[in-house]
This record gives sequence, structure tokens and C-alpha cells, in this order.
Amino acid sequence: MSSSTVSSGGIGARVPRRELKRLLSGHGRYIDDIKLPRMLHACFVRSPHPHAKISAMDTEEAKKAPGVAAVLTAREVNPRCEPFIGVAQHRPGHRSAPQRLLADERAVWQGQPVALVVAETRAEAEDAAELVSVEWQPMVAVADQMQAIAPGALVIHPELKDNVAFDFSLLKGDPTRAFDEADFVIEEELRFERQMAMTLETRGLIADFDASEGSLTVVHAHQSPFQMQDVFSRHLNIPEHKIRVTAPDIGGAFGMKLNIYADEMATVVASMLLGRPVKFCVDRLESFVSDAHARDHRIRCRIAVKDGEIAAMEMDDIGAVGAYGMPLRFNVAEGMMAITVMGAPYKFENYRARTRSVYVNKNLIGMYRGVGMPLACIAAELLTDMAAHKIGVDTVEFKRRTYRPKSSLPCVTPGGQQLETVSFHECLDKLVALIDYDGLRREQDELRRRGIFRGIGIATFCEQTAYGPPYYGPSGAPISTQDGCTLRLDPSGSVRCITSLTDQGQGTLTGIAQIVAESVGVSIDRVTVIGGDAAISPYGGGAWASRGTAIGGEAALRAGSILRQNILSLAGAITQTSAAALDLVDGHVVNKRTGQSVISLVDVGRVGYFRQDTLPSDCDPQLSVTASFVATDKLYYMANGVQASYVEVDCDTGIIIVLAQWAVDDCGRVINPLLVDEQVRGGIAQGIGAVLYEECMYSEDGNLLNGTMADYLIPMSDGVPDIVVAHVETPEASTKLGAKGIGEAGLIGAMGAVWVAVNDALKPFGAKVLHQPFTPERVLDALARARGDSK
Amino acid sequence: MTESNLIGEEEIEIEAMLNGRRLRRRVKARQHLADFLRQELELTGTHLGCEHGICGACTVLVDGQTVRGCLTLAAQIVGRSVETVEGLSESGKLTELQKQFFERNAVQCGFCSSGMLLTAYELLSKGAPLSRLEIREAISGNMCRCSGYHAIVDAVEAVNIAQGGRG
Repeated sequence: MSSSTVSSGGIGARVPRRELKRLLSGHGRYIDDIKLPRMLHACFVRSPHPHAKISAMDTEEAKKAPGVAAVLTAREVNPRCEPFIGVAQHRPGHRSAPQRLLADERAVWQGQPVALVVAETRAEAEDAAELVSVEWQPMVAVADQMQAIAPGALVIHPELKDNVAFDFSLLKGDPTRAFDEADFVIEEELRFERQMAMTLETRGLIADFDASEGSLTVVHAHQSPFQMQDVFSRHLNIPEHKIRVTAPDIGGAFGMKLNIYADEMATVVASMLLGRPVKFCVDRLESFVSDAHARDHRIRCRIAVKDGEIAAMEMDDIGAVGAYGMPLRFNVAEGMMAITVMGAPYKFENYRARTRSVYVNKNLIGMYRGVGMPLACIAAELLTDMAAHKIGVDTVEFKRRTYRPKSSLPCVTPGGQQLETVSFHECLDKLVALIDYDGLRREQDELRRRGIFRGIGIATFCEQTAYGPPYYGPSGAPISTQDGCTLRLDPSGSVRCITSLTDQGQGTLTGIAQIVAESVGVSIDRVTVIGGDAAISPYGGGAWASRGTAIGGEAALRAGSILRQNILSLAGAITQTSAAALDLVDGHVVNKRTGQSVISLVDVGRVGYFRQDTLPSDCDPQLSVTASFVATDKLYYMANGVQASYVEVDCDTGIIIVLAQWAVDDCGRVINPLLVDEQVRGGIAQGIGAVLYEECMYSEDGNLLNGTMADYLIPMSDGVPDIVVAHVETPEASTKLGAKGIGEAGLIGAMGAVWVAVNDALKPFGAKVLHQPFTPERVLDALARARGDSK
Repeated sequence: MTESNLIGEEEIEIEAMLNGRRLRRRVKARQHLADFLRQELELTGTHLGCEHGICGACTVLVDGQTVRGCLTLAAQIVGRSVETVEGLSESGKLTELQKQFFERNAVQCGFCSSGMLLTAYELLSKGAPLSRLEIREAISGNMCRCSGYHAIVDAVEAVNIAQGGRG
């Protein structure tokens, strides 16, 4: 990009998002705000049991209830949809049973939909759903991963013979020898309970099937309209070109609104059966048992240290993935990411890892911010911090010594991570200066002597962003990793952009506007961006894996460069000047040498659209252009960073307070620092929530115990500290834009930092808390165990 | 309306002030205020995040005080004055807060914003100087899943300082 083309509001500017004025005035248009003529409302009847046979169902009373248009069960709905089989083709041995939309003879998780009532209002649908009578025969439930793999365990899907969905091992170097010959080995078992994304707006969609044309229009609170276009076409047997999926304003997504849900598919089937628009918005209470869950892992991990260096690492993960494989995104992702990203920032050669995904009678595990990367970060940061402590070296010094240096790049880690442009040392140096590390340690020491126990946690992380086709392609899943951008110069000299991306609050579309403004050469207030309409934009992936700005932004940059060239060629033809002598700055075509205005964009637009007759015959102005981009040969871009947490643990009550949090992040080129910083802060809050509060609590027989917001705790404003964010910018080398991604970094690093900080605070007691979330009870138990051990 | 045996289906006539204008309506006895605003009056700026009084997205003002729209029945507003984000935006009462939220990107998905703005408005209308901790305490009944709260606290603090609350 030439520096002469920087326009106002371009790349790097702190541009506020225009849509905020609308959202702040109450004029957002979220899915439940939208009404269509003749629209009906769906409500689902769900299994109250984690595992039960359905011996009879009676829908007659419900059908007679006021306002009811239909009561649909497996018999009517399931034949209309090809079952989902969440199996990755490139993972040998990966298995899942076919998942149908509604439970037929047997329900396999509490919350699985078994029938839906469609009525004139949501209230009437809910009333009638109460009248659906189901005769249940409760069965023994497989409630956790240890039960699932125990000998003689009940097999949830008998056709699979056992409950193991996937079992994968990795071996690099000679870990057995390295562990044998180590000066010392540290081994820990970490537990991560189930949690949720808990978007403030629940899931929802409006399906509108037009039987006369055989066409389907879906307004879908979803991160990837193109993915759903494909899914609706394949599974409901509707020609792809007759499907239009658009995304309205969305009240948060965090990966959860990327998954494929049986209830949403059944809503579309209801519209097909009834020939009327059907809205389904998830009630908060049902969101607890139907929104994809996340985590639920037990991890054994080890580190071997010899001569002050890391000689080997090991990880053995078992994840309980629910009753089926999540369609398209599978149920191997968290475990595979955990074992492959483990220890990526550190120099070591010997590695052994295993991950198993096992079926349990619980809701499905799906995509949620960070996926398995926080698990990798936590395991490595905890073990290295403990190792440094054991050696008697400060943890920062140990990191400096054992990080992979820039001189070793590019490299492939034992877990298989490809590192090219990471910046561990720079991020750490910047962080240490930012937090006055030595001063903080002195304060910690002083307070310990006064009986106040604070901990400092520093966590280094890698964040895979923006997967390329080699990542998902071999899985057989039709998941597009490309994105596209169409730009049009309007006659008035403004630019319209249609991107394949979607935006659930990240501000990606503002970033795209900045990139377009700069690459075309107009000010940002002359650019309008439309996203989230799979019928009108070039094909693309949408918002997931922190990819929007990196991939969709590169497409926008390329489209902008082409449009700019086309405008200059046309301007050259109009003014009988060589296009090479012209430049486009702030909406004016100027003489490149003198900077003097030659012709305005308004005049270019006027001639280009209305007076083509005045142009030379060989002039062919193309003022609408499209470019797509895909990182063809890349598995992912690799962002990285370091975070610090400063926490205080009240050893009498077990309550943990996060006093301060700092992040130094390297997400490549920063397009809009205002928005990037807020992505980091928001991610950090979710990371703090995950470590300290969030847990889907289940009884030993698989019943969810805390299905309301009153008892599933998430961070509120008094549980999150002020958060300082700083950056190191190492541009992605393979694109012109140089952006990597920022969506998950805050969460990943915060989880690692809080884990380490809390355990740092407990060091004087010899106590360790290794079971997430760190509830007061678990902290007090850890302290009690330590007291018992020391006797 | 169809006859129904369901409890709460009976209708009640209400008269109240809504965003400065007089309102007369028949409402279902069981309909909560947020559903009434959203479904009957198409004032969809009041959002529903949980419908059990925890998240604060449905916050509206009744006689100048914040209430949960999901825990208030429409029938309870008889003779009272209700203000929503739409009315307060039009009257300009939220302008300074909205400007600060906008400039600091104290909004991501926007779903919590209406409730957050109204809670902050009530807090700031007391005119007292506020520490960041006091601001955090006051908005701690409004869940935001996107922002991490820092920018929201900044925005409220900036308005408080501009009001002369602290300098």
C-alpha cells in the first residue's frame, strides 16, 4: 500500500462504529424484533431426562389449544431432514451416531427436543407445549467421562459398541527417555467443568418457506449465513440457489451461534410443512440445555526439566462431548487444539499426547471462543510456572530462557504448530515494563508478611486464527475459509461494499470500511458496508475463528485496489491523461506528482455511468468489482501475546478477587485500535468468568442443577477489574493487510493468567487449586488438603 | 379476543404515561411490561435477556426509577409514567451518555445497552460524584457479555465528571 493514499478513517485509525448510534437509541433490529406477515411462533417440548425411552406421546390436547397451528413430532419432522453425522473424514476412527432433529424412541440428553408446537403467539405455543403428554421411561445416564470409559459402561449409541468418539495420540522425540533422565518431573491433573457462551441475546431464527417457488428465506441470528445456506440445501433437499439466509443485528455469538442446532432445523421444517413463516427464539431457560456447551475436560499433564531447560511435556486429555458429534464442527476440536497447541511458545523437543472425546448423556459440546486453546495455555503456563518455582528461578526469567526465540522461526512445534511471525520475547518485555513486575513482586512479598495473599500470573499464549482450506478441507465439511468483497462506485462518488462477513458486535464491518476507504482512496464517511446476506455477497465463511478482518479484510483490500485502478483508468480516459500519472486521494483524482486535483469522483461517476458516449471506444469502465481471498496454503495465522493477572485470595472465605489485568497482544496489523482493545477486554472478562464462576452443574445422574441466570454466575461489572491493553504488531507475512485475528486472544490469555495467579497466591500454603471454576469451596478444599498433607 | 380458561388471559384496561404521552390500552393480565412494550407497542429497544430478573437488559424507568420490565406486569403501570430507551433518546436525556458510549466503543452487540444506559442515567441523575467502584457497583445488575465493562465505566465516569460530579 502506498503511503500517499492514507485517507481519513483508514487503516490504524480509532474509528467508532456507525451502527452504535442506532443500537444506543433502541433501534437495533435483532431477531426477536422482526415480525413477518402470517408469522407463527414455535416452542419446543424437551426431554426432562438425561436418558429415557419414550413409550408414548399424546399431542391431541395441545392441538386443540387456542392459537395452535400444529404440533409436530419426530414422525412428521424427521423424514424431512437428512440426519447429521458429526464425523471428520480426515480423523481415522472418529465416530458418531446419526442425529435426527427430534428424539423418536429415546432421548439422550436433558433438553433434547422431542416435539414442537407452532402457534399464533409464543405465549400460546408455550401454553400448548405444556399440554403435550409424553410417557417417559427413565434410563441410567452416562454422566461423565470416567463413567463413559469405565469397563461395562452403558453404551449410549449401541451401534458404536462403546462411548469413545475419538482417540488420538501424538509422539515426538523420545519423551520416555526425557522423563526418565529429567532432574525433576511435575505432574498435575486439571479439571475443567462444562460452561456456556451465554450470549445476552439467545439463539433465534425466522424461517419462511414459499411453497409456490420452493424457496426458503431465513433470517438467522447466526455467524455464518453461507454455512447455513449449504446446510439447509443439503439436509432439507432445497436447491441452493433457492435459499437466502441473512443475519440481522445479533446480540453476541462467541462461536456458539456458529453451531448447527436440531431445534433451528426443525423450525425450518415447520415452515416447510405449514407454508408460513415460523419464528423460534430460544427462551433463556431452554438455552441452558440447548445452546452448545463448552469444555468439560480432564487433563493429566507433565513437564520434565533438565539443566534448567524443558526436556519434555506430556498431555492426556479426556473430553466429554455430549450425546452426539456437533455437526460440521465435530467434537474433536477442543481436545485436538489442547494437545497440539500445548507448550507452543516453549523450546522442547520431546512430547507425548493423547486426546479422547467420549459420549455422555449431556448436551452437545460445540464451538465457543478459544475452543481448546485455553486448555493448552493453562497446562503449559501452570507447569512452567511450577518448574521455575522449583528451580528457584523467577518465572519471567524462566520464560525468557525457554521461549522460542525469533531466530528459530519459522519452526514447527512438537505439537505441530507452525510458528512464523510470533513475538513472545517482545510481548513479555513490554508486559514486564507495563506492570512494573519487580514492584508488584515486592508488594506481594510485603503483603504476605501481613497475611494478605496475592498472586501474580503471567501467561503466554498462541492463538490460531483464520483457518485456511488445508485445515477444514480434508475433514469433508463444506466450510468455506474464503471471503469476498464487492465494491461499487456510485455515481455520486461514494463507495458501496458488500462483504461475505458478518458482525455480532466485534466491529468487523467498520474495519472493512476502513480498509476499503484506504485502498480505494476515499474518506470512510463515503463508504457503506453491508454484510450478512448470503444471497447478494460473494461466497464466504463469515465470523468464526477470529478470521473476519484477516480474510475478509484482505479481500476488501484487493477489491479496493482494483476499483481504485479502474477509477484511475477511467479518469485518465476522461482527462486524456495517463492513469499512471494519477492518484486517488480523499475522493479526488490528483496529479501524482503535484498533488493537484484533476477531476472529482463525482465527475468520474457522472461520466462513467451517464456519459459513456463521450469516452474513447476502447474505454470499458468497470466500476463494480469483486475480489475474494483465501489463505490457500495456510492452516492458520498464528497470533500470540502475554497477559498478567494480579489476584487476591481470601484464605478464610476462599473468595478470589482479580485486582488488575494486563494484556500485551500481537494480532498482526491493528486495523482499529479502539475496537481491538475492546475485543481483548471482553475476552478477558469471559476468561475470568470461566476460571472463577462459570459452571453448568450436573448431578451425578446427569441432571442440570443450575439452569437459570441466578445460579449460573457470570462476571458482572464488580467482578472484573480495569484492564490495560497494549500491542506488539508483527504483521502476517503472507498477506498485504498483515492482520491476523483478535477474537479469542483475550479469553485464552486471561484464563492462563488467572490460573497461574491464583496458584501463585496459594504457594505459601503449598496448596494448589486445579479444578475449574475456582469456587470458594474448591479453594478452601485445596487449602485444607495442603494443611493435611503437611502434617 | 378469544375466550380462554387460562389464568391471566383476562384483559385489564390501563391508563398510563409512556415516554411523555398518554396511553390507554387493554392488556392481558399475565403480560409483563417488556412483552407489552415489545409486542403490543413495537418498542423493541427494551430487550429480553433472561425473563427472570437477572440480566437487566429489560430495564425501563417507572416514575423515574429503574425496574425490570420482565418482573413488572403491564397492568402494574396504571397511573404511572414509563420511560424507555426510545423515549429518553428522543427527548435528548441520554445524549451525553450515548455520545460517550459511542466514542469509547462501550457497546459491542448492543443487546445490554438500553438497560445499561437507563441504569446509568438513573445513577447520574442523582448528581453525586462517583468513584469507579461506585459506578461498577451501580451497574452490577446489568449483564454485559461483550465488553468487559471497562469502557462502560469510562463512559459513565466521563459524563459524571462533565456534570461536575468529580474533577
